[in-house]
Amino acid sequence: MKTKKLFGFFLFLLLAGSYFTAYSQEVEEKGVVKEKFKASTYILEHIADSHEWHIFTRKNGDIVAIYLPVIVYSKEKGLKIFSSGRLAHGQQYKGFKLEEEGNLKGKIVVVNEAGLADEVNLPLDLSLTKTIIGLLSAAIIGLILFLSLARSYKKTGISHPKGIQRFLEPVILFIRDDIAIPNIGHKYEKYMPYLLTAFFFILINNLMGLIPFPPPFGANVTGNIAITFILACCTFLITQFSGNKSYWRHVFATPGVPFWLLPIMIPVEIIGLFSKPFALMIRLFANMLAGHIVILSLICLIFIFDTLALAPVSIFFVIFMDFMELLVAFLQAYIFTLLSALFISLAVQEQH
Amino acid sequence: MILLSSSLTTPAVGTLFWSALIFGLFFLILTKFAWKPILSAVKARDEMIKGSLESAAKAREEMLKLKSDNEIILRKAREERENILKEAREVRDKLISEAKGKATEEAEKLIEKARIGIENEKLKALSEIHEQVATLSVDIASKLLGEKLKPSGEQSKLIDNYLKEIDFKKN
Repeated sequence: MKTKKLFGFFLFLLLAGSYFTAYSQEVEEKGVVKEKFKASTYILEHIADSHEWHIFTRKNGDIVAIYLPVIVYSKEKGLKIFSSGRLAHGQQYKGFKLEEEGNLKGKIVVVNEAGLADEVNLPLDLSLTKTIIGLLSAAIIGLILFLSLARSYKKTGISHPKGIQRFLEPVILFIRDDIAIPNIGHKYEKYMPYLLTAFFFILINNLMGLIPFPPPFGANVTGNIAITFILACCTFLITQFSGNKSYWRHVFATPGVPFWLLPIMIPVEIIGLFSKPFALMIRLFANMLAGHIVILSLICLIFIFDTLALAPVSIFFVIFMDFMELLVAFLQAYIFTLLSALFISLAVQEQH
Repeated sequence: MILLSSSLTTPAVGTLFWSALIFGLFFLILTKFAWKPILSAVKARDEMIKGSLESAAKAREEMLKLKSDNEIILRKAREERENILKEAREVRDKLISEAKGKATEEAEKLIEKARIGIENEKLKALSEIHEQVATLSVDIASKLLGEKLKPSGEQSKLIDNYLKEIDFKKN
């Protein structure tokens, strides 16, 4: 599904690209002074991380955005915290500058006395970027949701579920009865908190990413590889730390393999340890990113062709894709949780 | 190519740092304050439901057992009743038949006695009649013949002969 989607996306970009070039040429021929609409820039700006939360651009070119805090550390200048509004439009502030072109586009660089950007020694950028704000908001929403759920459980005790419990309890039970118990078995209880956290964390972020407006909605959080990397790392660490004797024997002395094959088998098994969470990382990242890109591309169609006549078609497809993405949001959260449970189960299962 | 050349596929240090921190805190807070109470509440409820279902099943079983016990007792009681009734019927029949037999015997005895008495009385009466008839006939004859005929031995004998010839049984 992932590959299919990515393939479809590339195919689409290819087609859109050729239309786009044809169209822009036409514009040039007529000699109309009109800024070309660059779909790829537009899309990348929306899905990439940034230091400000762009809301809209006025007709005269003014950008209306929420400027997020920049937290940056460099050896020479130390830790600096300021608003990213200070760096807007290529301004310098306290010897920092936001690169607007080239390989380092969107990155904060140190500017030396000569006024040149140091492109080699990048400062440590711990800014609260768009992705982080989206992530933080999702976490806060999750905390409010589940802490109030816990409180309602304290109130109702063991009587039948009420209110919010009715929505969330089936999901929690689903994760317990259909993901944790069938895979992990009787040791499931230890891993339930992680599985539940991962599932709801991914789900809330996915769903928030689908809502385009207002901030903090619409950030491409689960389509950011750093976040899926951290999630996959958690699964990886939990898996390795819960690995029992038979798991490690499987890695370092795979039963049934002649000893002279072990020099080949051990590296393969070790690669296997890493490739599993790696697949988790890429799967979630690529699916969510592709979903965002497809939806944005469909919206871009209106601007590429510069006609309102295309809007109904585009909107129809966007709505269709939104439904798809709604499904994918749940599906990816489910798959991540399921595979995490599966990997944990491989680590904890008894000798077979 | 767009994807590979951009920063999309290279994780940023800041994002890694913050997401690890946020996810870690999210996980810890939820585990302590949400998942544990929620899961334990759900588990407690599950156990309660399981327990009540089990006790209900047990109660049903017990009820069934009681019911079958009751049925056995009832059946036994019914059999007992049947037996008692049967015995009673037998006793009654026996008593009736005994009583009937005795009564018949008694009645027959009485009838026999009565018949014997009647026979005796009859014989007595007959002999009395004999005598009376003899005297009467002598009287009648003497009245008919007057005083000339004196009861003598010869005449009495004759009368007796006549009388013997008369068969009383014919009347």
